[in-house]
Amino acid sequence: MFAFIISRLLQALPVMLTVALLSFAMFAYVGDPVAIMLGQDYTIAQRDQLVADLGLDQPFFVQFAKFVFNAAQGEFGLSYRLSRPVAQLIAERAPATLELALCAAFLALAIGVPMGVYTGLYRNSWLSRFFLTFSLIGVSLPTFLIGILLILTFSVWLGWLPSFGRGDTVNIGGWSTGLLTLSGWKALILPSITLGLFQLTLIMRLVRAEMMEVLRTDYIKFARARGLTNRAVHFGHALKNTLVPVITITGLQLGAIIAFAIVTETVFQWPGMGLLFIQSVGAADIPVMSAYLLLIALMFVTINLIVDLLYYAVDPRLRIGRGKGAH
Amino acid sequence: MTAPLLEVRNLRVEFPTRRGTLVALDDVSFSIAHGEVLGVVGESGAGKSMTGAAIIGLLEPPGRIAGGQILLNGRRIDNLPYAELRKLRGREIGAIFQDPLTTLNPLYTVGQQLVETMVTHLPLNPAQARAKAIEWLELVGIPAASQRIDSYPHEFSGGMRQRVVIALALCAEPKLIVADEPTTALDVSIQAQVITLLKSLARDKGTSMMLVTHDMGVIAETADRVAVMYAGRIVEIGAVRNVVLNASHPYSAGLMGSIPPVGRRLERLQQIDGSMPRLSAIPRGCPYNPRCPQVFDRCRMERPELMPARENLAACWLYAEQGVPRHA
Repeated sequence: MFAFIISRLLQALPVMLTVALLSFAMFAYVGDPVAIMLGQDYTIAQRDQLVADLGLDQPFFVQFAKFVFNAAQGEFGLSYRLSRPVAQLIAERAPATLELALCAAFLALAIGVPMGVYTGLYRNSWLSRFFLTFSLIGVSLPTFLIGILLILTFSVWLGWLPSFGRGDTVNIGGWSTGLLTLSGWKALILPSITLGLFQLTLIMRLVRAEMMEVLRTDYIKFARARGLTNRAVHFGHALKNTLVPVITITGLQLGAIIAFAIVTETVFQWPGMGLLFIQSVGAADIPVMSAYLLLIALMFVTINLIVDLLYYAVDPRLRIGRGKGAH
Repeated sequence: MTAPLLEVRNLRVEFPTRRGTLVALDDVSFSIAHGEVLGVVGESGAGKSMTGAAIIGLLEPPGRIAGGQILLNGRRIDNLPYAELRKLRGREIGAIFQDPLTTLNPLYTVGQQLVETMVTHLPLNPAQARAKAIEWLELVGIPAASQRIDSYPHEFSGGMRQRVVIALALCAEPKLIVADEPTTALDVSIQAQVITLLKSLARDKGTSMMLVTHDMGVIAETADRVAVMYAGRIVEIGAVRNVVLNASHPYSAGLMGSIPPVGRRLERLQQIDGSMPRLSAIPRGCPYNPRCPQVFDRCRMERPELMPARENLAACWLYAEQGVPRHA
């Protein structure tokens, strides 16, 4: 197990280095930092001095190595736009995005899996047909439209829920959470639904398809022939066998939710990393953009590692050696 | 004579399809006595497995029992609600399927699957059930059963897995086993072992068995009586000796004749010309009449019922008069 984690970490290294190269290249090709910092009037000497100070006269690989070395320590320099350390900016914004993303993912799983099981088991009931029709809407409506419609309904017409922001937050050891206040919860509802709806319908359709596949297998027929209860057959035997693909997709989608919460955050003016990123793009704030890129890559790599570890927990055929131990 | 353990009366199974209803089993009647092994043979698609599935109530939808009765110990079971029938499965009627590589859930250890089955049906707590599970694994010949109980199905060979399947089918001590081609997917060398095991376990426990197979060797060795099926009907039924050595129905005779003799070289293997009709195109009269070498007019017009034919029962007009062949 330990060797497996090490080998996966080693595989992740080239991925991270490639992304690092891309985000480093942004500095060189998207605008000229020297020109930005010097402003309009400067002498050649001033310019050379600054280039030397910034280390820009050094060979490419030396610069890149420095960049990687700093990035590994969470050091991404100052934001052009706000003149504050990038790491600090992101740390302030990360809790908002993570809370939103996890809440959306939880919603998608907690509702999507049971709906998928139900529609897989009772294919022809009218409720299944309703769920499927509903899921088609979830899959086909764009996120921003869902968000706007929800705001229109629940904020404008009904006036039940706030249309923007996070509500009141409580700061616990540098982590600002909206989960401890009523207004925080209220503010979380609409963005979570907006962000999670697509994932919910995706998970539902995936679980449904997998359930229908698994229910046809011999071992399900044999489980029935052994006289096990429906509950044991459906949840103990069938659902567990659908988990591997569900975990894969959920893992990938969680990464996507975090990375692409941008649209939802913009619609709801949610003060998360996505909003920060959009604002940084507008201001060509390259340090923030490059740090964001690296962070998202790191999250994808981490989530994939966790997904691989979950495979091991679920499917004994992947475990090395005898079935004991690695539970 | 005591009442039979299982009695199937005029069973009819239909599959509604878009182009009309297909009759997969038609007027199938037979019984199995306590402790008896009934072999069921026939070509692929003859309805052998379908009969087994109907008995344990696991017909694949949209297939359904459209007529007839199935009685277990004199009690009708074909019209039981699902929950009631579920309690019979495993407890009263065990099932063994064809492919041991796919009948075990890959995500649970064999011990978990055995314990689960026993706890569902028998008044045992999990610890007692586990002890019983080890006993069962020993009984079906799994070496080092107390260690292997925590192994997953993929850690066993095909033959060993079929032994586990047998243990699973028998562990709640059913009175009847429906074994659907239990050896077809196994190596020839393993087949004999598994059949011997199944036979001796059934004898020791007094379990009756419906053994579906197309292997005549297995039937000859294991069964007490044998039923020959063709196009969803039983065409001949009788004691295994009589059917194998002295078949009455031309189809049974053809089936037995197609087993190549050992020790004699044949220029050509014997075969029955043509193939079994599709369910949607069963001919009028006797369904076998287009392939039958002894066909005559009546076969094309009227459908024969099972009637006495020598020592057996056969659905063949040759025996219309007091069980004496007309032509032979």
